[in-house]
Amino acid sequence: MQEILQYLFSGITNGAIYAVIALGFSMLYSSTDLINFAHGEFVMLGALCMVSLSLGMGFSLLPAFFFTVLIVAAAGMIFERLAIRSVRHPEPIVLIIITVGASIFLRGLGMLVWGKDAYSMPQFWDLPPIDIAGARLLPQSIWILLIVTALTVGLQIFYRKTLTGKAMIACAVNKKAAWIVGIPFKWMVLLAFGLATGLGAVAGASIAPITMSSYDMGTMLGLKGFCAAMLGGLGSLWGAILGGFLLGILEAMGVGFVSSGLKDATAFLLLLLVLYVRPQGIIGAADVKRF
Amino acid sequence: MTDNKPLLEIQGIGKAFGGVQALEDVEFHLEKASINGLIGPNGAGKTTLFNVITGIFPPDSGQIRFAGKSIQALEVHERVRTGIARTFQNVELFESMSVLENILVGMYTRTRSGMIESILRLAHTRREEKQARDRAMELLEFVGLQDYAHQKSSDLPFGWQRLVELARALAAEPRLLLLDEPAAGLNISETNQLGDLILEICSRGITILLVEHDMSLTMSISDQIVVLDQGKKIAEGPPRDIQANEAVVEAYLGKGKN
Amino acid sequence: MQDKSTYILYTIFTLGICLLGWSIDNSYYLQLLIFIGLNTLLALSLNMLMGYAGQISLGHAAFYGIGAYVTAVLTTTYQVPPLLALPAAVGAAMLIAWIVGMPTLRLSGYYLGMGTLGFGMIVHIVFREWSSVTGGASGFVGIPPLEIGSLSFTSDKAYFFLVWIVVLLVIIMCRRIIDSRVGRALRSIHDGEKAAAAVGVDTRTLKLQVFVLSAGIAALAGFLYAHLIYFISPGTFGFMASIRIVTMVVIGGMASVWGALFGASLLTLLPEWLHAFSEFEMVVYGLILMTVMIFMPRGLTRGLLDIYQRYRKHHDR
Repeated sequence: MQEILQYLFSGITNGAIYAVIALGFSMLYSSTDLINFAHGEFVMLGALCMVSLSLGMGFSLLPAFFFTVLIVAAAGMIFERLAIRSVRHPEPIVLIIITVGASIFLRGLGMLVWGKDAYSMPQFWDLPPIDIAGARLLPQSIWILLIVTALTVGLQIFYRKTLTGKAMIACAVNKKAAWIVGIPFKWMVLLAFGLATGLGAVAGASIAPITMSSYDMGTMLGLKGFCAAMLGGLGSLWGAILGGFLLGILEAMGVGFVSSGLKDATAFLLLLLVLYVRPQGIIGAADVKRF
Repeated sequence: MTDNKPLLEIQGIGKAFGGVQALEDVEFHLEKASINGLIGPNGAGKTTLFNVITGIFPPDSGQIRFAGKSIQALEVHERVRTGIARTFQNVELFESMSVLENILVGMYTRTRSGMIESILRLAHTRREEKQARDRAMELLEFVGLQDYAHQKSSDLPFGWQRLVELARALAAEPRLLLLDEPAAGLNISETNQLGDLILEICSRGITILLVEHDMSLTMSISDQIVVLDQGKKIAEGPPRDIQANEAVVEAYLGKGKN
Repeated sequence: MQDKSTYILYTIFTLGICLLGWSIDNSYYLQLLIFIGLNTLLALSLNMLMGYAGQISLGHAAFYGIGAYVTAVLTTTYQVPPLLALPAAVGAAMLIAWIVGMPTLRLSGYYLGMGTLGFGMIVHIVFREWSSVTGGASGFVGIPPLEIGSLSFTSDKAYFFLVWIVVLLVIIMCRRIIDSRVGRALRSIHDGEKAAAAVGVDTRTLKLQVFVLSAGIAALAGFLYAHLIYFISPGTFGFMASIRIVTMVVIGGMASVWGALFGASLLTLLPEWLHAFSEFEMVVYGLILMTVMIFMPRGLTRGLLDIYQRYRKHHDR
């Protein structure tokens, strides 16, 4: 019982992170029809920036978090402006290779800037772990859950209530029509990139205290986030949340009860299963291109 | 024998997209070696019907029989094998390939060599390749483009690309040829040449179903016309009757005029 | 048609191999050339799938690894002669490609990219975690050298000739497929899958066939790699390795057999030329992938040629 609870706690914590990463994938896909294979690298940038700002430069928690998200979102927008917008024939195969290229580039850049070492930093609240029925819950996990909740509510308000959010949905539904009614399409794509990579940075900054951050952490996180997004239904906000927690919990249970070697495999097995059996995901928002 | 049976029987076809009824209980049949015009105002469901016949999407209701057999279960490429070929409204040639290669792809269902044969290149594979090339050149001659066989298909003027696509469809040795607005974008002399070609194709025993906005072309070459309006068949008959048909005139000009 | 020029190219290629093989005795250069050959095989393999049929694979190193691990386990653990292990290694990769390809190749675009990536990751994890068979993360040691009858390929020179003869044969095979009924149909899928189906091409079966073929070629390269180095480890067949293969194809130019040779040569030599490269390897790879794809989607050689021609046109005026 105590064991199960412990696995559940770690599953929920990881799941919340996957959910935030999945949100980034999903919101970018729903507004630009694009999957950014470099998304995980922006998570890595978030984590390492957070470490550098708070430990290296002595920023306190909130400013460090704020600037981290700002810097990474700016990097995402620069990436969109320089690479994505210059593509003359934006077919999926071309965009896949470009974003994969960007992910390799960013990982290499991360290695040059931060080296091959792994960094850790203290938790946002310096409190002892909470004991619930014999299982330990880190205060950072509560932070992460709070952040996920805030982001979900925030995004919901953004899409439902603000003009920009509605315009972004309009672009996703019909580019041409959106252009005709005067929505600045290019600006919307830029903004979507900024928001999506900013979400990646939030995920990265939130896990910096509970993991070892290094230049190569992004790929796996990105892939798992994508897997979570697919699991719930790519393009759906609630799908990303659901997929994230589901993946986190399944992974933790797999590690706990089957084998630790299974940890990374769980996500990919689930990914293939979803792609083969139900590409629209559990909630099923997106129409998946299957010939 | 099925000799005097119609080649294609469309029976009660219905198709809806979301809330829009694109086709509703459409029913007609095509006689062998005849030219049939399918006309109607924009959005009448002509292209949808083409896509249902060629198997791109299944109908919600109804049946299609080809040469006496239901083709419901066949996939797009299998329908080509049974003898249904088509051209596209916006010309879909394989752009990276030469004109000749485009025609050769069209012969895919009528040739056999697989991957292993192509690696080994035995005598019968080479023979088949040679025969295919000869036949492809004949088809290019038929549409008058034999001199451009080795040009990249995307380098040809648009009107000629249409002819290449026609030749490519013929390469599949179809019994039924579906032409989706073949005269769109052609000038008058090209349109006349196209009309002659269609008549010539029909005289070789191939049935033709033609969607076309150029009424003078459609009326002059068709044996039979089917008129669709808002997904429904509103008239059917020889060109002369159709031109005099009130329902058709109304569909085109709107009610209450004159 | 182009038969004459093709045969001239084959002859030049063969003469080039002979010349290099006889004139070079330095084992460093021979090793380098052997690696160019192996990478050319990998690039050719992915080129058939990605360049000609237009289907992306971000997990191609998996088949490279399957070829290497199957022969390693068979020849070392079970002492099977390499000549028998070869068909087993290639066959295993092709069988797995067939099974995995059936559901995967129904996907297109991003989903195909993610599906192949996921597959590659799973295979990589199996290599790493199934330590009782594969030796786990520390690798598999003691793979025997290649001996076929009385022929032994232990010297660099012998291996050089072996690898490059295989490369030549695979190039001829690929060229023949491309210029055939099946090859044209494959290219038609690349140009437009809908139109290809509408002229009667069975796109699903063909994509599967080319995927299986491509896996077989990659496994052949893996087989040759294992018996060259005598030691394999999972790291060689991970995600970065798959990306390296994609980069070779992209640089050489998709849908070009000789481009694959060029891309493989460049990507094998580049790290050797730039000594401090290892630190910058990823940054450079990433930049190459992005810039080539943005500015010269048809590959480096053709891209540079285009730029040159544009420049001349500009100048003549």
